Amino acid sequence: MSKGNIHKFYLNEKYIVLDINSGSVHVVDKIVYDILDYYLDHEIDEIIDILANEYPRDMILNAYKEIELLENEDLIFSNDLNTNFEYNKENVIKAMCLHVAHDCNLKCRYCFASQGNFKGQRQLMDLETGMRALDFLVENSGNRKNLEVDFFGGEPLMNFDVVKDLVAYGRKLEKKSNKHFRFTITTNALLLNDENMNFINENMDNVVLSLDGRKSVNDYMRMTLNDGGSYDVIVPKIKEMIERRKDKDYYVRGTFTSKNLDFSKDCLEYYKNGFKNISIEPVVTDPKEDYAIREEHIETILKGYEEFSREYMELRKNDPEFLFFHFMIDLNQGPCAVKKSVGCGAGSEYIAVTPEGDIFPCHQFVGEEEFKLGTLQTGITNTKLRDKFKQANVNTKEKCKTCWAKFYCSGGCHANAYYSNNNILEPHELSCRMEKKRLECAISILANE
Amino acid sequence: MEYIKTLTNKNLKESLAYGGCGECQTSCQSACKTSCTVGNQKCENKKVNKK
Repeated sequence: MSKGNIHKFYLNEKYIVLDINSGSVHVVDKIVYDILDYYLDHEIDEIIDILANEYPRDMILNAYKEIELLENEDLIFSNDLNTNFEYNKENVIKAMCLHVAHDCNLKCRYCFASQGNFKGQRQLMDLETGMRALDFLVENSGNRKNLEVDFFGGEPLMNFDVVKDLVAYGRKLEKKSNKHFRFTITTNALLLNDENMNFINENMDNVVLSLDGRKSVNDYMRMTLNDGGSYDVIVPKIKEMIERRKDKDYYVRGTFTSKNLDFSKDCLEYYKNGFKNISIEPVVTDPKEDYAIREEHIETILKGYEEFSREYMELRKNDPEFLFFHFMIDLNQGPCAVKKSVGCGAGSEYIAVTPEGDIFPCHQFVGEEEFKLGTLQTGITNTKLRDKFKQANVNTKEKCKTCWAKFYCSGGCHANAYYSNNNILEPHELSCRMEKKRLECAISILANE
Repeated sequence: MEYIKTLTNKNLKESLAYGGCGECQTSCQSACKTSCTVGNQKCENKKVNKK
C-alpha cells in the first residue's frame, strides 16, 4: 500500500515502512503501521478514537510522537526529489557489451539471439574490430576511470583467442590512457577448460555462468546442437570454475519461464550444487510463446519469491555467503539519486557492439535496425535515438512517477518495455510486479538479519 | 524510539549534491542482463566514501 510518498507492507513477520523520496526504511510495530493509515488526514484525537479498541490511549500517543519525530527529520512523508538534472551531458560511454561471437554451441529455446544467429549471419568478431571497440570506449569515456567490458555472445568462448588478445590490448590501453578496465565474461560453460578457466580467473572481475537450475528444467530449455541436454556436461565445469574463483566474483545465472514457475526449487538446486552467488531471471520473450510469463502466472511467481525468501533466510543463518542477486540490497552504501533515477544507462553510458562493429543501446536490441546507434567507424550517428534513451528515466516514465519502487529499479529494463509495449517509456507491467515483490522480499530479509 | 527501528536514515536527497559521477558499475553488466535493479549496487564515488 502506498499513501503520501510512503510504501508499507507486512512480510516475513515484519511491518516495514519505506519513505520513497528520502530512501529511509523503518521496521515498525503494528501500532505505528496502523496509525499511518490515518496519520495524514486525521487529527490525533480522531486516531485515538478509531484505534481505541485495539490500543490504549497512551500507547497511541507515544507511537504518534515517534512518527512526528521521523517527519520532522524528513525521514517519512518527505517531499518529491527534484531530479530534473541533466543526465550525461557530455555523452560519456563507460560500459560495453562486446559481442565477440554471434554464434553459439547451444540452442536455448528462449535465447534472444535466435538460437545463435542474432537475426543475422553467424559471425565471430575479428581482433581489429575488437581493438577498435576498446579504443572507442576509451575515446568516449571522458573523465571516467572505471570502464566495463563484458565479453558476450552467443558464446564468447567460441572466440577465446580474440578475448585473450583484447584483454592484453586493454591492459596496454589502461596504462596509456589512465583508465581501468573491468573485464567480465558471460558464458554457457560448455567450452570451459584448464586454459581458459585460468585465464578467466586471472583477468575477469566477474564471470557469469549460465545454467537453469534443475536438470530437467535446464535440459528442456538449454539444448545442445543435436537436441541433447547440457546439464551433465556443464555442471562439473561450473563447479570447477567456481572452485578456482575462490574469493573472486562469479554468478550462476539462470532464466525461468512459465514451464518452471516453481523456480525457487531451481535456486535451491544451485545451492545444493555449491553455487553460492546466484541469479535467476524471468524470461523476456514474445507473450505468444508457450513458455512466456503471462498474467495468469504472476500470482504463483510472487508467492514463489516469498517462499524462496523464507528458505533463503534459513539457509543464510548458517551460510551468509549464499547470495541471490535480487535479494541483495545495500541501504547505506547504495547508489546516488541520479543513478537511482536513470538505471542501466543503455544507449547512453552503456552500449553493445556487434561482431560487425555496429552499435546498439544494449545486447537486447542487437539486430533491431531501428535501434542501431551507429558503427565503430562512424561513431554514434543516431543522436536522436541516443537522446531518447538518455531521457528515459523515472521522471519521464509516467507509470514510474508515482511508483514506490522507482528508486530501486530505476524505471526497469528498456528492452523489456519495448518488447512488451513497443515503447521504451512504458514499463512491462508483469516485470514491475515481480520487481516490487523481489524488493519487498529483499528488505524484509534485511529487517530479519 | 520504542516502536520504530530505522534500518537506514541515509537521505537520498543529500546524494543529489554529489551524485552522478558515473563511476559505479553498470547495473545490467553484473548478473541480470535483463531486469534492472540498482538497489544492490554500491556507490563508488571516492569523495563520498572517504567521509
